[in-house]
Amino acid sequence: MAKSKESSDRENHGARSSAPPPYQASPDELVRFYRDMLLIRRFEERAGQMYGMGLIGGFCHLYIGQEAVVVGVKSAMKETDSLITAYRDHGHILAVGSDPKAVMAELTGRSGGVSKGKGGSMHMFDPQNRFYGGHGIVGATAPLGAGIGFAHKYRGDGGVSVTFFGDGASNQGQVYETFNMAELWQLPVVFVIENNQYAMGTSVERSSSETHFHRRGASFRIPGYEVDGMDVLSVRSAAEDAVEWVRKGNGPIILEMKTYRYRGHSMSDPAKYRTRDEVQKMRTEHDPIDHLGEALVKAGAASQDDLKAIDKEIKKVVADAADFAQESAEPDPRELFTEVYA
Amino acid sequence: MPIDILMPALSPTMEEGTLAKWLVKEGDKVTSGDVLAEIETDKATMELEAINDGKVARILVPEGTEGVKVNEIIARLAEEGENLEEVGKAPAKSPAPPKAEAPEKQEHKAESRPSPQAAEPPPKKSEAAAAPAPRDPGIPAGTEMVELTVREALRDAMAAEMRKDPDVFLMGEEVAQYQGAYKVSQGLLEEFGDKRVIDTPITEHGFAGLGVGAAFGGLKPIVEFMTFNFAMQAIDHIINSAAKTRYMSGGLLSIPVVFRGPNGFASRVAAQHSQCYASWYGHVPGLKVVAPYSAADAKGLLKSAIRDPNPVVFLEQELLYGRKFEVPKLDDYTVPIGKAKVVREGKDVTLISFAYTMIATLDAAEALAREGIDAEVIDLRTIRPLDAATLVESVKKTNRAVVIEQGWTMYGVTSEVSSVLMEQAFDWLDAPVTRVGGADVPMPYAANLEQLAIVQPDDVVKAAKAVCYKD
Repeated sequence: MAKSKESSDRENHGARSSAPPPYQASPDELVRFYRDMLLIRRFEERAGQMYGMGLIGGFCHLYIGQEAVVVGVKSAMKETDSLITAYRDHGHILAVGSDPKAVMAELTGRSGGVSKGKGGSMHMFDPQNRFYGGHGIVGATAPLGAGIGFAHKYRGDGGVSVTFFGDGASNQGQVYETFNMAELWQLPVVFVIENNQYAMGTSVERSSSETHFHRRGASFRIPGYEVDGMDVLSVRSAAEDAVEWVRKGNGPIILEMKTYRYRGHSMSDPAKYRTRDEVQKMRTEHDPIDHLGEALVKAGAASQDDLKAIDKEIKKVVADAADFAQESAEPDPRELFTEVYA
Repeated sequence: MPIDILMPALSPTMEEGTLAKWLVKEGDKVTSGDVLAEIETDKATMELEAINDGKVARILVPEGTEGVKVNEIIARLAEEGENLEEVGKAPAKSPAPPKAEAPEKQEHKAESRPSPQAAEPPPKKSEAAAAPAPRDPGIPAGTEMVELTVREALRDAMAAEMRKDPDVFLMGEEVAQYQGAYKVSQGLLEEFGDKRVIDTPITEHGFAGLGVGAAFGGLKPIVEFMTFNFAMQAIDHIINSAAKTRYMSGGLLSIPVVFRGPNGFASRVAAQHSQCYASWYGHVPGLKVVAPYSAADAKGLLKSAIRDPNPVVFLEQELLYGRKFEVPKLDDYTVPIGKAKVVREGKDVTLISFAYTMIATLDAAEALAREGIDAEVIDLRTIRPLDAATLVESVKKTNRAVVIEQGWTMYGVTSEVSSVLMEQAFDWLDAPVTRVGGADVPMPYAANLEQLAIVQPDDVVKAAKAVCYKD
């Protein structure tokens, strides 16, 4: 195993200490980012609605507000790269290209769901698209993702593991056990910390002695920097830079995505820990989708009518997914005892 | 006063060792701290240092001697001014080993455990004594048998699977350069290199999760815990990440990982290093749980575990590592997971046991035979899935069963087996199924209390006689 590097080497490896300038996207790419983010937004709005109607059970953690993070990161990944995240995973599984129908049917617990209705909102997987979940235990994705990176390195397939977790998970001990091994063994892992500023109802200021999560790798010699997670172009350029830096064999890196969730932690969260004004201010001033829509129009890449057409098209995709999720049969009772063992 | 130099105990379980080499000779002057000799145990080679100044008057055990008992006098030093020759001639007298006196067990104890014997080293000859052992149908007639320790068998199993499948790798604390904390991975680093035999930091939670992630990524990790006591730090990944993911993913992912290491009772290491986790992991759907006793089963089951597409918890035992057993010399000897083994046939009572308590169980069967009770002994070998069919079949014949485990019986493996027998063999039972297990206390340190806490052959004998109504 490769030994950890001297800090002087670190500078030579050329890790950034701050985010690169936003990505210069082509008009087609801008439209694709817009479409991908909007799909997640409309999907989640519908999921929230269906939860309210009793069609979705259990916990349901919506990704609304954070769409730029996964869309920007995924766009910088190659097909051979892997992705893993925690329980707020609807956006991630849509971003890797899973069928929205199967994702929504998982939320309703039907046989047509990605996990045949056995996993639910927090436990969704798409290994064909190298998406490894969907994990309900806060912090667990750090070592799991490092293990996927270990497998990439072991096979020498050039793949990178992009490992997501949140500001809340960043206070779990296993994250630091993982940082140590990932740097010690120079594993190809990009740790993406989605800092939406609240671990359930506890703000980072109330939970974290070091609130700049990109610095949390410092004592393991893992570089990191903060990224505007509300801007898909900033996310894209940072992710591209980080993924390629890691792919070159430089070991892991941390990207702290400053983002915000508009909804509660889960559907059952009354959100008394923050003001309505705070949420409203983020929505009006920093919404990633509105922001990109304006940029699209300004750049002449799309007209307002084009955007409306995209919205209509996506609403149809989501409506079809919602229909499928209600029409798909519940799992056959015989499925209860299948797939416990391979 | 001449100073006797005794064979040292270099680990909690060492009873004897090899005097590999003397680094001094008779007549040499030695100073405290000088290395006198090299002692080889089954785990490592250690240096014996002088703790007194003096001259070597006599070497009583020549180098190369195997099986030198702990506390045997191996050399004698003369102090300054003493006559070397006289000191050398003085008769050697081994000091009496400290004998732990065990108090009588209190009557109100949960199990009717008999007055235990005084603390003695674990009995040694059980496997040889298990005379009427049925032939193993998995071994073709005429197969050559070789004698291997459990430790060697485990190493051979890993090495064989690593040669066969490049996706198999071993990670854990001290598995590589140190050659294994209990020497199980000896030689693997040399053969397979540091890409496949990986020393981890002391970080059980982290490397267990990393191992599961590597399995997501298509590899077949063997994750070694220095002991399963430390795996409690990692149990979240064993259960939440390994055992449940196949089901949660609707069968999209399989997790071919082996978690292995010593489990259960170990000598004189007290409560935090001496606990059996068989029932903990046996409780969890999605896991397979294996706990072999013999070297042949250790080898055959570990190979099966490594090949298994599911997460397997493989419970070994430090006190069995050094025991020798006959192992079939076959190119690809495997033992199926989920099959118990009748290791001794009998007609009067079925004794069901596994791992370390097989020793007490087999000794008990011998003792019972001397009293005219013909016990059948079954080694569970696999805890989950439980081979109920073999157990029920035996009870149909004997109509009586005693179930033995080293762990706590409360919610234990013995409790599960008892329930299965009650549910599936009720009509054949002539007496209540009886459990024998470790005392319901954290493992004590004191030698006498420790002996009281672990299952003794006599405990099994008493329980067997009780279910035979011969008490």
